[in-house]
Amino acid sequence: MKIGIVCPYSWDVPGGVQFHIRDLAEHLIRLGHEVSVLAPADDETPLPPYVVSAGRAVPVPYNGSVARLNFGFLSAARVRRWLHDGVFDVIHIHEPASPSLGLLSCWAAQGPIVATFHTSNPRSRAMIAAYPILQPALEKISARIAVSEYARRTLVEHLGGDAVVIPNGVDVDFFAKADPKPEWGGQTLGFIGRIDEPRKGLPVLMAAFPRIVAECPDVRLLVAGRGDEEEAVASLPAELRSRVEFLGMVSDEDKARLLRSVDVYVAPNTGGESFGIILVEALSAGAAVLASDLDAFAQVLDQGAAGELFANEDADSLAAAAVALLRDPARRAELSARGSAHVRRFDWSTVGADILAVYETVTAGAAAVAADERVPLRTRLGFSREG
Amino acid sequence: MSPPVIENLVWIAVAFAVVGVYLSWTAGRLDRLHTRMDAARAALDAQLVRRASVVLEVATSGALDPASSLVLYEAAHAARQAEEEQREVAESELSQALRAVFADADQVEVLKSAPGGVEAAEQLAAAVRRVPMARRFLNDAVRAARALRRHRKVRWFRLAGHAPFPLAFEMDDEPPADLADRPA
Repeated sequence: MKIGIVCPYSWDVPGGVQFHIRDLAEHLIRLGHEVSVLAPADDETPLPPYVVSAGRAVPVPYNGSVARLNFGFLSAARVRRWLHDGVFDVIHIHEPASPSLGLLSCWAAQGPIVATFHTSNPRSRAMIAAYPILQPALEKISARIAVSEYARRTLVEHLGGDAVVIPNGVDVDFFAKADPKPEWGGQTLGFIGRIDEPRKGLPVLMAAFPRIVAECPDVRLLVAGRGDEEEAVASLPAELRSRVEFLGMVSDEDKARLLRSVDVYVAPNTGGESFGIILVEALSAGAAVLASDLDAFAQVLDQGAAGELFANEDADSLAAAAVALLRDPARRAELSARGSAHVRRFDWSTVGADILAVYETVTAGAAAVAADERVPLRTRLGFSREG
Repeated sequence: MSPPVIENLVWIAVAFAVVGVYLSWTAGRLDRLHTRMDAARAALDAQLVRRASVVLEVATSGALDPASSLVLYEAAHAARQAEEEQREVAESELSQALRAVFADADQVEVLKSAPGGVEAAEQLAAAVRRVPMARRFLNDAVRAARALRRHRKVRWFRLAGHAPFPLAFEMDDEPPADLADRPA
């Protein structure tokens, strides 16, 4: 099958959606499909052979933060050319509602279109205003995929219609087979994520940390991720700061080894998560997981059966749960065993098969994707015979 | 004619042209939605027929006990023969029959242990997972088409022509839990 995938965010900036698309593309290529990914990228960035650059993304303030987006004539022309050259059986657009390549491709294409909605933003004023603009583009999508039941609910609430739920995929064995590092083990808590992004929840963990140390004197905290380290520990008493070890940005291999080594992986995120791929990675590595009780997290953790949940933004609740886990190796082993079994459904072998099933459903009997040719004005007004 | 009258006529002509282009564009949208709906309906039909055929194969293979085989055969046969108005009911009954027969995880193992049973179980699992998928895609298209067709501009100018008002396909498509193990 010839598959075109549209990535809305810059290929050179690491992010969940980009990784998902990379893994999906490589999985499909391994299965023998022809895949082309259209993504914003700097012209100098080395790209894998299956990625086509749609030009540089421009930073613009959008939806409360600065987003790097592609729009304008040039991007639209590149999208058209890609569609025209590709002759795809199906195109798979990620984040079709964001004002970037996703929306442009929706406008420009006709034929079997599959779309994945990753984020679940609360209904915004801009979305309501944009509805009449979005609707004609979004109604071209033949099949919608939401990454979690929570994302599906918000999607249905905002745009109506329905979607199938297919979770994000993870290469479970990559994490399950990583070598633990001895110096990262032994009464350790792990945290991975942007240090200076409050929604990732490091401040909640820092608030709980003194209470955890009071109960478990040997505990250490390993933090991997970008951000200002001084600022992150500023709220901690000076004598505890040495117990927090910053690893900076880590490679995929080190991330897997870290998750394999720690006793408890803590995900204190306070909101804005629609899936929680990091939890799936931690479960794959066999770590005991302690996460805030966001809807999306509770679903990944099978409502608490595959990992412990604590009350969101509640440092006391986090501390109590972390201490209980650190003191109880039997409970950790139980969670790890249950997590490893539960996480198989997120493996690429399963997720990839489901996504392919969607492609096959929408392409059955349909023509290939083509550029949506604009009808000339003459025809529209009824002055031409072909109209 | 005096210049102000000509100017007015020009403006009226422009207004008509703009409205005409807008209506033509809306008709194009509607046409595309009908095409999408037809494709989705054909895909659902294909998945339903496929499911019924796989069930018939399993039922007549002798891999399962005679009682289960008969229940499945009866439901699959009825689903395949159903008239258009009876189809939603017949397909729902096939889903219920499948859930009843495969309510026990051991039954799936029995099927897999038969010669060729592993492939049959895989095909059946794929079929029962794809039916709800195809149905969601169809109903999503139906909803979009209905929303546009209810709009004033479409009703007043009869842009939908003689196409019948789109109907959703309502059925019980819950797959047997042990056959299609996936997160909800």
